[in-house]
Amino acid sequence: MNKLPLIIKREYLAKVRNKSFVIMTFLSPILMVGMVVLIAYLTKINDNEKRIIGVLNESDFFSNEFLTTETTGYVNFKDIALQSAKDSTLHMGYYGLLHIPKGANLEQVAKNAFFFSKEAPSTNVLERLERIFQNRLFQQRIQNLGVSAKEFANVDNRFEIKTATFSGQLNLKGINEVKAFIGGGFGYLIMMFIIIYGGFVMRSVIEEKTSRIIEVIISSVKPFQLMMGKIIGTSLAGVTQFAIWILSASLLLFLVFAFFGVDLSVLNNSTHLAPGMAQSISPMDEDLQLYAIEFMKIPWFMLIAFFVLYFILGYLIYSSIYAAIGAAVDNETDTQQFIFPIILPLMLAIYVGFFSVFSNPHGPIAVGFSLFPLTSPIVMLMRLPGGIGEGGVPIWQLIASVVLLVGTFIGIVWLAAKIYRVGILMYGKKPSYKELYKWLKY
Amino acid sequence: MNNILVTKEVTKRFGEHTALNKVSLEIPKNSIYGLLGPNGAGKTTLIRIINQIAFPDEGEVFFDGEPLNAHHIAQIGYLPEERGLYKSMKVGEQALYLAQLKGLGKSEAKKRLKFWFERFEIEGWWHKKVQELSKGMAQKIQFIVTVLHRPKLLIFDEPFSGFDPINANIIKDEILKLKENGTSIIFSTHRMESVEELCEYIALLHNSEKVLDGKLSDIKKDYKNNVFDVCLEVEDGDSLLKELEGKFKVRSSTYLPGESQLELTVELPFADSKEMLAHLSSRANIVRFVETIPSANDIFIETVQSKEVHE
Repeated sequence: MNKLPLIIKREYLAKVRNKSFVIMTFLSPILMVGMVVLIAYLTKINDNEKRIIGVLNESDFFSNEFLTTETTGYVNFKDIALQSAKDSTLHMGYYGLLHIPKGANLEQVAKNAFFFSKEAPSTNVLERLERIFQNRLFQQRIQNLGVSAKEFANVDNRFEIKTATFSGQLNLKGINEVKAFIGGGFGYLIMMFIIIYGGFVMRSVIEEKTSRIIEVIISSVKPFQLMMGKIIGTSLAGVTQFAIWILSASLLLFLVFAFFGVDLSVLNNSTHLAPGMAQSISPMDEDLQLYAIEFMKIPWFMLIAFFVLYFILGYLIYSSIYAAIGAAVDNETDTQQFIFPIILPLMLAIYVGFFSVFSNPHGPIAVGFSLFPLTSPIVMLMRLPGGIGEGGVPIWQLIASVVLLVGTFIGIVWLAAKIYRVGILMYGKKPSYKELYKWLKY
Repeated sequence: MNNILVTKEVTKRFGEHTALNKVSLEIPKNSIYGLLGPNGAGKTTLIRIINQIAFPDEGEVFFDGEPLNAHHIAQIGYLPEERGLYKSMKVGEQALYLAQLKGLGKSEAKKRLKFWFERFEIEGWWHKKVQELSKGMAQKIQFIVTVLHRPKLLIFDEPFSGFDPINANIIKDEILKLKENGTSIIFSTHRMESVEELCEYIALLHNSEKVLDGKLSDIKKDYKNNVFDVCLEVEDGDSLLKELEGKFKVRSSTYLPGESQLELTVELPFADSKEMLAHLSSRANIVRFVETIPSANDIFIETVQSKEVHE
């Protein structure tokens, strides 16, 4: 009789019924939504504060530039000394006082202008004031050059070079970044999953060792079966958790925005996009449409299929290493020296991915890391949204990457199973790498 | 086939260290077989080989006449020395899981568990978590799980550790009942008094080698050295003692004149005690005349120590 399903079921239930797992699963979405709502709310409050600024204009160059807006109001002082203007600003509880002195020309006036305030002024306020000066100076300067504003606008035209593949397919600038970002999302998901659930596998192995049930179990099943059952059961629990998170978070977000009327656009404004994206998305609607088309053209089905493939292989490789570590030690504090070398390639994959795949998805570093089996599940997924074949990942690279990954998977699982088999019955030995090497020969 | 388990020159090495060196054993069916030896002698390694947790580098193991294979796992029950349970699982659920791993169907396992829980009067524990149980309670569950699938061969490694004397007795009676019902039992322990009480056969492992095995009564016969413990009721002990010392080899003696009792330890050149007994009975009232048979403990210590002297 095959005992693997029994083991998977037990591991799954043990994980899912665990109190901290249940709490984490249901609390995290609430916390996450809570954070989002809180940020939106705070942003709103922040914007609602209206600042009033006193303006003492002694020059002839500014007249109607200071217009009261939703967030900033201006009060003009006239024909009073600077000191009394300062006093009244303070008395009235205004935010600050802008002093524009007399001067022969605008340049000089602008240079000598001062903003007085009780505390260091907010950068928002300063930027707004500075923009007023900049606009005024700009007008003055092009006027001095004898160029009209309209003429200047014609001159000041940004230029972007168009790109295409040799077959004539048009490329959109920045689309590589967008695509890598999507792939990066997948890669990041894999990394998080490996670190969280690999850790669970490891702790579960340690628990079996410390509770001394291990010898009872492996007198009935093969250690390899137990290890695989544990890895699969734990990952199913993880998939359950992720599914609950995604579902409940989207549901909660929807409810919150529907009932409490928090404006989503507030968030959109404050979200910081990657520099490349912000530039490429902001200006032109027609481009936006092109992006939408390009976005639809991303081979989603292929991408998700490869995500599943790389996810399964990558997760199995790493979690069997985690299982071997769990078997080698007696308690969790001894795991540190072994954990770091596992996390290192994962981190490297993410950072190399974000830096070099974003700028050049087909550069030598990107190619190298998408072939190397310990980083390929993450890096290859960042490259794949660009498609396969021409203009995308060459087919030979994809095949080589998968073959290497499968080969490594078999090798690592075999090694890990050997260490696991010996380690689970070893008590009271602090393992070193040398010791682990010896175990491989038992 | 009269042996449930036979090992032939089984050798197991861990790197440089040889854990078992050409160990050959024959474990008869329907008997209790004591596997004895100091710590590190190789008992656990041998037991793990029988359970197919470890595999021998050389040699063969036969179970019920067949070379040991994966099917035999369901016919062996093993209670390891290092034993535990999942702490956060419920008792019933866990027992069911372990029984299913041994190949029992769910409903059959449930039925049998119910029987054992009633027998040990622990029906109320089914929904308890293991962490709420005491060590002795957990041991009972482990015992039930070990025997539940009615294996042909049971292996108990230090089964009484963790039990109070009352529960140890309950378990001992259960082991004897299992033996009566035809189960063969391997019993690994340091507690020599339980060896005397339970085992018909023993094997002694020392430094990875088998140094002694066979029927316990035969081994005892081999180890006895014709020494008799004698107690006589006599008025004039001193003169009798002198006389006896002239005729027999007296190892030690005490005479208590007030109680008119003479105690002697006498060694005879051969096993025939008739002559001495006749002589003694003509001279004094015999209070006690016993041949001293070495205990399993004596044999254990003597064998191990003599090995260490020779090496």
